[in-house]
Amino acid sequence: MEPAWIALALSLKVAGWATALNLVLGVAAGFALARLRFPGRELLDAVLTLPMVLPPTVLGYYLLVVIGKRGWLGAWLWDRFGINLIFTWQGAVIAATIVAFPLVMRSARAAFEGVDPQLERAARVLGLGEWALFFRVTLPMAWRGVLAGVLLAFARALGEFGATLMVAGSIPGKTQTLSVAVYEAVQAGQDDTANLLVLIVSVTCVVVLLAAGRLAGPRSVR
Amino acid sequence: MSFEVRIRKRVEGGGRRFELSVAFATDARRTVVHGPSGAGKSLTLQAIAGLLKPDEGTIRIDGKPVFDSASRIDVPARQRGLGYLFQDYALFPQLTVRQNIAFALKRGWLNPSRHDGGEAVDRWIQAFELERVAQQRPHQLSGGQRQRTALARALVNEPRALLLDEPFSALDPELRGRMRTELDMLLERVGIPMLMISHDPEDVARFGDRRILLRDGTVHAES
Repeated sequence: MEPAWIALALSLKVAGWATALNLVLGVAAGFALARLRFPGRELLDAVLTLPMVLPPTVLGYYLLVVIGKRGWLGAWLWDRFGINLIFTWQGAVIAATIVAFPLVMRSARAAFEGVDPQLERAARVLGLGEWALFFRVTLPMAWRGVLAGVLLAFARALGEFGATLMVAGSIPGKTQTLSVAVYEAVQAGQDDTANLLVLIVSVTCVVVLLAAGRLAGPRSVR
Repeated sequence: MSFEVRIRKRVEGGGRRFELSVAFATDARRTVVHGPSGAGKSLTLQAIAGLLKPDEGTIRIDGKPVFDSASRIDVPARQRGLGYLFQDYALFPQLTVRQNIAFALKRGWLNPSRHDGGEAVDRWIQAFELERVAQQRPHQLSGGQRQRTALARALVNEPRALLLDEPFSALDPELRGRMRTELDMLLERVGIPMLMISHDPEDVARFGDRRILLRDGTVHAES
């Protein structure tokens, strides 16, 4: 298989995992921030949004400090289970997950805050417990916003470069994602490869953005 | 059917502080708690339904406590066996009329399907003449159809009493009169005890077998 397609497959795998993880983590965090009242809520929101604004290299550095072989979590994983995350595709998943996390969390929070509390009260009086309430009323009312955020997160994870390079490196066929492969191709003067890669990334991202815009746009049904 | 309410609740928000301290009892079949807006009617109704937790006090329905701060009783809203008609009806917009009515009968994490509900749902749809709109969504309904759907949804699992939150306040005067008459008629037919909150003297005149006037968070007069 062409190296470009191998890189695309790896990118899709990494972005897919990162998106799946954020579907749980980002949605849960967004829901908690929308519903729970606790001191320091806005501070927590700001801290959790940091990955969106920090330079990816700073994020990569933080990740090395935490999950590197001598990092506090990394050392424990290595001693205890023999698990190493650095220079693995799983490491790239962690980097992409964290970079894309705020996109899901923020749109999920906004979407949950937009749900009419009256509908949730009605569901409670009608006999629903809290889990049933979430899946039968809250999520169906908020899913458009949540899904738009999830699609953006997928696009962002697909394009992740800086933190991924620092954590997972650039091992062709193993950790070399599409965006890293573009960098390598340009460095090596392989313009044909670079052109193909860039085209693939651009088309994929446009498709995802169109889908996200359609979901987040005006509703046909109230 | 009786309600005994003796509660305190302090709420703060938007730089405003409000102290609710109401005590009343009623065993009338139709009770209206009335008073100007901001008197604490909504908070009182929400506390009875279990949607708002008072700071202290007791709420008894038919003599049984559903809330008692001293003995830490706080029956969740879903187990109080009350129907609730919301101000703007709070119909689930993504569900059809039939699904809305079947909502309380369906357990679990999934909403009723378009044909769920069975005989009980059929009966209410017929009784409230909703056959033609059963597969439509709330935004396609007229005001009267919405009210009947919300009422059917509240009554389908046979609550022991119905709570009504300013049911006509969002309507224009002409429609309000019609809907009031219709609701009166439907409730008479169903024969369920009710407790309504309203700021409208016409509601008090029509539904107030017993009347409780709230002002500034306390009971001002009873009749």
